[in-house]
Amino acid sequence: MLNIIWFLLVGVLIIGYAILDGFDLGVGILQLFTKDKKEKRVNINAIGPVWDGNEVWLLTGGGALFAAFPIVYATVFSGFYLAFMLLLAALIFRAVSFEFRKYVESDKAKGYWDLAFSVGSLLPAVLYGVAFGNILRGLPIDKDGNFLGSFIGLLNPYAILVGLVSLTMFTLHGAIYLTLKTEGAHKERITGLINKLWIAFVVIYFAATVFSFFEASYLFSTVMKNPLFWLLLIVLFGSIISIPVLVKAQKNGYAFLASSVMIACMTLLSALSLFPRLVPSNINLDYSLTIFNASSTARTLETMLIIALIGMPIVIGYTIFVYRVFRGKTEITKESY
Amino acid sequence: MDAVILARIQFAMTIGFHFLFPPLSIGIAWLLVIIEGLGWRKNDAAFVSLGKFFGKLLALIFAVGVATGIVMEFQFGTNWSVYSKFVGDIFGAPLAAEGVFAFFLESTFLGLYLFGRNRVSKGVHWFSILMVAVGATISAFWIIVANSWQQTPAGFIIQNGRAELTDFWAAVFNPSTMVRFLHTIDAALIAGAFFVTGVSAILILKKKEVELAKKSLRLAVLFGLIVALLEVFPFGHEHGRQVAQTQPEKFAALQGLYTSQTGAPIALFAFPTEPPPELKSKIEIPGLLSWMAFGDINARIRGINEFPKEEIPPLFLTFVSYHNMVVLGMYFILIMGIALYKVKRNTLWNNKFILKVLAWSIPLPLIACQLGWIAAEVGRQPWIVYKLLKTRDAISVTVGAGEILFSIILFALIYILLISTLLFLMNKKINAGPEPAVVKEA
Repeated sequence: MLNIIWFLLVGVLIIGYAILDGFDLGVGILQLFTKDKKEKRVNINAIGPVWDGNEVWLLTGGGALFAAFPIVYATVFSGFYLAFMLLLAALIFRAVSFEFRKYVESDKAKGYWDLAFSVGSLLPAVLYGVAFGNILRGLPIDKDGNFLGSFIGLLNPYAILVGLVSLTMFTLHGAIYLTLKTEGAHKERITGLINKLWIAFVVIYFAATVFSFFEASYLFSTVMKNPLFWLLLIVLFGSIISIPVLVKAQKNGYAFLASSVMIACMTLLSALSLFPRLVPSNINLDYSLTIFNASSTARTLETMLIIALIGMPIVIGYTIFVYRVFRGKTEITKESY
Repeated sequence: MDAVILARIQFAMTIGFHFLFPPLSIGIAWLLVIIEGLGWRKNDAAFVSLGKFFGKLLALIFAVGVATGIVMEFQFGTNWSVYSKFVGDIFGAPLAAEGVFAFFLESTFLGLYLFGRNRVSKGVHWFSILMVAVGATISAFWIIVANSWQQTPAGFIIQNGRAELTDFWAAVFNPSTMVRFLHTIDAALIAGAFFVTGVSAILILKKKEVELAKKSLRLAVLFGLIVALLEVFPFGHEHGRQVAQTQPEKFAALQGLYTSQTGAPIALFAFPTEPPPELKSKIEIPGLLSWMAFGDINARIRGINEFPKEEIPPLFLTFVSYHNMVVLGMYFILIMGIALYKVKRNTLWNNKFILKVLAWSIPLPLIACQLGWIAAEVGRQPWIVYKLLKTRDAISVTVGAGEILFSIILFALIYILLISTLLFLMNKKINAGPEPAVVKEA
């Protein structure tokens, strides 16, 4: 039972991260398509006060994975070594680019840090999907739980396609977030982009799903009998379809909610299909790392559950408070980035 | 070079670089709690202006701390997978608690502090910097819990090939946690005090907002002298006693005690050589080490010769980093004492020499932190978890030396870029100085 709870909690942290830092990444990517200097500045300041808190969901997720499923943490992180190093390098650049671009003076230097910000957002957005795709597809895990693959092996067509799914998903999500923070012509430009991004996302997501039937057929073997699967699927379709409708009707808050629900459903559907496996082995499914053979002891899981039950409501409370303080359109002040 | 050495170089480099920033952030954040508190309660425009000025510098330092800290959270898994599997049941919980109780708090409230000055009341704004300071301090607590468990493991049994938790509180408050936490946090406060003092000294030397700078300097020097004194006694002293009792090999290596002795002396100065290990050109105070470690000038202290050869740490590095840390600790008291005396006599402001010394002393507490950290970690070798797991058996089995080398080069280049950009921008911000204090009409 505790193992299942922790499977869910790690899932919740991943969803929290994908929804919250997901729009930060999306905004970073959208900077590549933003030419106007003032619009660029509004975009970065739309996430300025909150991105750092959002990124903590990733750190806490990493910590929770380490604590609850140390075998998975150790195997996947060492297995994806070079991919992780690239991810970390990208996240470093993104994290410092806010402050650095603010204080450098020349346009040229600002341009470099703008680029660091965008690449530092784009690379993680793709790499998360690539990592997720590889896990869905199954990793070469031997019977001792060791990863036998290579970096090149991670760059297979299926995983790259899932990488494009996450790229378009986060970009779309970021664009919807920006409609809440911008005004006038700037907002119209973003609204126009949303339709294109939505089509790209839907096409790629559909292609990836079809590909999954061939590449990871085991995922569908039992899950289709589960009514929860169909329920999540219906909610997912509903939220995807409602996005362009809500955007067109100028109900941007609801559109953001829909895209958040969409991200949550996509993650939950994958989790449900994987369950109880965390990292399937494509050498032999019986070698997979599961929530039972890769977990910490019951005592640790229980202790951590108490920590989470005390801590997370407080976190969510003050996070909502801070978002409320900064709600509404982004204003450029002296303190802005 | 083999993978173990490379993995150790990488860890030392990434954590050493990261560890430049958290002590500064913690120290500056607590000083800002005082500065912003004075600005708010006394309605003093000078302190509000100082708060804005040092707040901007904190934001820069904090950003690099966050950026380099991301690596920490993941590299246990990437580079030390055997270690991660071995300690996951114990080590993971403090790390997760750090995320839940500390990272969210400091990061979320830092955003509010930096951008919310005109959006929330003065009280809430002050509360936000308080939460940044509290969050950063809690963060330090949990990471020191994890590291202290590696020094003095407790509350576990070895089962299924790994350490499994039996008593959470015993693991959290293992024998070295509290003394090491207090020692480290106080070091962070010293770093903050020297930063604020040094920056204020620069402003005075450059005649930028001199009256404001005098206020922050006065405050930071008094604060700095108190925390510098506390660092030696009781915190440093207690930490030393703890090491003597729980990790005798490390203690012997730190003190350069190569043969067991009753009435062991403290070496004030020496140059360690080996083999055989000995201290050259030493100046000693007899009996003092025995007295400090066990409260008895005749107590017998075990020397390096009593321990198996394969279980003693590198002697030179441990001794040299520890002793230089102590020298710096003494210097901090001395220079803060002199500065405070001159402040009280009102003679500091024209004393260019002392002001320059204060400015050049900004990095010294960070060097002391690095030295203390090296002494603590190298002194624990060859163990990664004391007496349970050796460092050389703990690295990732599936990661090749080439991959590690690649990532070392990658991070080295990134870090060089980060530190040079940071120093350049900080220098610019400091030279620009704070805004003049604006007294608002009521």
